Amino acid sequence: MVETGHFALVLAFALALVQTMVPLFGARTGNHKMMAVGAPAALTGFALTALSFVALATAYAGSDFSVESVWENSHSLQPLIYKITGTWGNHEGSMLLWVLILTFFGALVAVFGGNLPATLRANVLAVQGAIGATFFLFILTTSNPFVRLNPAPIEGRDLNPILQDLGLAIHPPLLYLGYVGFSICFSFSVAALIEGRIDASWARWVRPWTLVAWMFLTGGIAMGSYWAYYELGWGGFWFWDPVENASFMPWLAGTALLHSAIVMEKRSALKIWTLLLAILTFSLSLLGTFLVRSGVLTSVHAFATDPTRGVFILCILTLFIGGSLALFALRASRLTAGGLFHPISREGALVLNNLFLTTATATVLVGTLYPLVVEALSADKISVGAPFFNLTFGPLMVPLLVVVPFGPLLAWKRGDIFAVAQRLMAAFAAALLAVLVTALFIDGASVLAALGVGLAFWLICGALTDLAVKSGFGTVAPATMLRRFAGLPRSVFGTALAHLGLGLTTLGIVGTLCFGTEKILSMQAGETVELSGHKLRFEGLYPVQGPNYSEDRGRFALLGADGSVTGEITSAKRSYPVRQMTTTESGIRTIGFSQLYLSLGDEGSDGSVVVRLWWKPLVTLIWGGGLVMMAGAAMSLLDRRLRVGAPSRRKAAAAVPSASPQ
Amino acid sequence: MTRKQKRVSVIAAGLAFLGVATGLTFYALGQKASYFYMPADLATASLQPGQRIRLGGLVEKGTVERSQGATVAFSVTDNQKDVKVTYTGILPDLFREGQGVITEGSFGPDGVFVADSVLAKHDETYMPKEVADGLKAKGVWQESKSD
Repeated sequence: MVETGHFALVLAFALALVQTMVPLFGARTGNHKMMAVGAPAALTGFALTALSFVALATAYAGSDFSVESVWENSHSLQPLIYKITGTWGNHEGSMLLWVLILTFFGALVAVFGGNLPATLRANVLAVQGAIGATFFLFILTTSNPFVRLNPAPIEGRDLNPILQDLGLAIHPPLLYLGYVGFSICFSFSVAALIEGRIDASWARWVRPWTLVAWMFLTGGIAMGSYWAYYELGWGGFWFWDPVENASFMPWLAGTALLHSAIVMEKRSALKIWTLLLAILTFSLSLLGTFLVRSGVLTSVHAFATDPTRGVFILCILTLFIGGSLALFALRASRLTAGGLFHPISREGALVLNNLFLTTATATVLVGTLYPLVVEALSADKISVGAPFFNLTFGPLMVPLLVVVPFGPLLAWKRGDIFAVAQRLMAAFAAALLAVLVTALFIDGASVLAALGVGLAFWLICGALTDLAVKSGFGTVAPATMLRRFAGLPRSVFGTALAHLGLGLTTLGIVGTLCFGTEKILSMQAGETVELSGHKLRFEGLYPVQGPNYSEDRGRFALLGADGSVTGEITSAKRSYPVRQMTTTESGIRTIGFSQLYLSLGDEGSDGSVVVRLWWKPLVTLIWGGGLVMMAGAAMSLLDRRLRVGAPSRRKAAAAVPSASPQ
Repeated sequence: MTRKQKRVSVIAAGLAFLGVATGLTFYALGQKASYFYMPADLATASLQPGQRIRLGGLVEKGTVERSQGATVAFSVTDNQKDVKVTYTGILPDLFREGQGVITEGSFGPDGVFVADSVLAKHDETYMPKEVADGLKAKGVWQESKSD
């Protein structure tokens, strides 16, 4: 099975080369037979990669320690779920997952691309094949997961304990679906550049694909943030760690792309900019892969460091980013610019959004790469952390969030800012009320905290106002309003939901950062501690034996006002003997949208234990907002406009009958 | 305004915006980036009082003292010099004597380094990359026996 997987991977590489060259050549020479090679090649390539992945997963599930990667990252005593998720909990396996998802998206273009002009489809699949080919080569030459060991060891070295968590089952696949999903937008842009024209179907295609990738990336980042929050035991949800930034940059650029694609689709303006943004977004995904996979950065994600891998990925990076930007420089002047618009209009608002988001992306990029540049030039080692990002990213985000509610209410082409402001009066009043209530009634609220709460309410109420205005609230009879509300395009709901989610995330961040409290203390069994009105009694440490670990579990009773026990929180120091690693299992209790978070420290000589306790108000909204944003993206994807594929497919087929390969 | 004037003013506004962002970025890099030092580097470093730095090295064996409460004191060494560090909070799981560590904070008036965060991120050999590179540069790196 392992050799089958290896062989399938080699075949997939060869096929990716075919997928790159034949359709590309066919598109240049107008040879329809050659162009038609793309789709079956993409489908077969996906099937082969899937076979290869299943082979590796089988080796992991069956604890086949004759495979080096399994030996290094698995153990026979691990629960089955972690044996399987361990498949991508290491460098080799995660690269295989990367190409699996890449070929999956290629296959989707092959399946759903029937309505595309033949040459565009051939070029898109060719570019997708080229990306695949380089990564297959990378895996086969530097990170082969199928290398055998002889003699086979009896026992494996265990998966990194931090990764032995359900988070590993969800976070990397979601994140890669997002990261790699942008490859489609990239391939479409490069294909458009190769053809030297942006065709109408290009515009129709880019937005849904961006939406899909963006939805998964949002989920992946939110999930990763929550995972780090509960697994690392530090109580933080975002560390501005270079690896987090590596996923955040494509998200920011992707968000900009999502918005500029709307302008392009609706008004056919900003075409060239959207195309460039699509290239940049995937370039940032590639850069993220380089930062995480090359080992230039130390982090929990850098499984192992091997300079040849770094150099190889750097070459891939140079090839695709350099190549696509060079192509852009050569061809962009041939593309025609689209319609004109007044600065105060929906288009104008979306341009402003893009200006802020791309600038924010740039600051994150500078902060992430600066330490590498400084080290290369001067051998000084520096670190750029939260203080830098708070000073640069924060001031860029706040004005953006302030203008968000205006955007969807402005008319296309030429908007009336005063009319929009009038419609937003209610939302503004609600925000103002939130500021006053926070400042007056919550102890220890700073002016900044109150304004932060107000900003979050402004976003939430702004999103609701958008729906209310569009369904004619206050201007038509309630029955008509309900009918209009139900008849609103799904994308309007999508926008409102996404902006609502943004507001919720903002509220969660403000709540946690400004109103959170914490205590570090040393506790004996039987002692009680109180934090922000929550009373806990330490019941003592109890040893517990797990399948492949042993732990000291600290039990804490949550006490009600009358002293009765209302619940229990447990936190543990878990030690994994194989890797000789200790992890902290944090104890979390969710109360409303807030959480009580508890983390055990070292045991003192007198039997006391260091306990760190946090009260995190509204913290769950941070990730809940992410889920609402995902729901917004999903809602937009269901929009009728994006499903017009069926009629236009017939039209396309009728227009170019010979161009339909399937 | 003519169309050309309009376009110029939009571009000017965009550039001004970018200019402000760039200025802010460079100001923040100058102010907020913290430099990494090993104990022996500190003699030649000119630090402002209270300047935030990252101090890295090995946790010297036998120096970890847990006092009452949650404050811990230990020495960070590069086998040439050592620096006393205090930290209040929970040490990371990977923190242990003789292993690499990075602490972030600033020097107090008594010459003790007061850390507000302690990192023991590591690769398989329990060594933060910065610390490993620093020890190699000082010629005191010993290839650790992995397994």
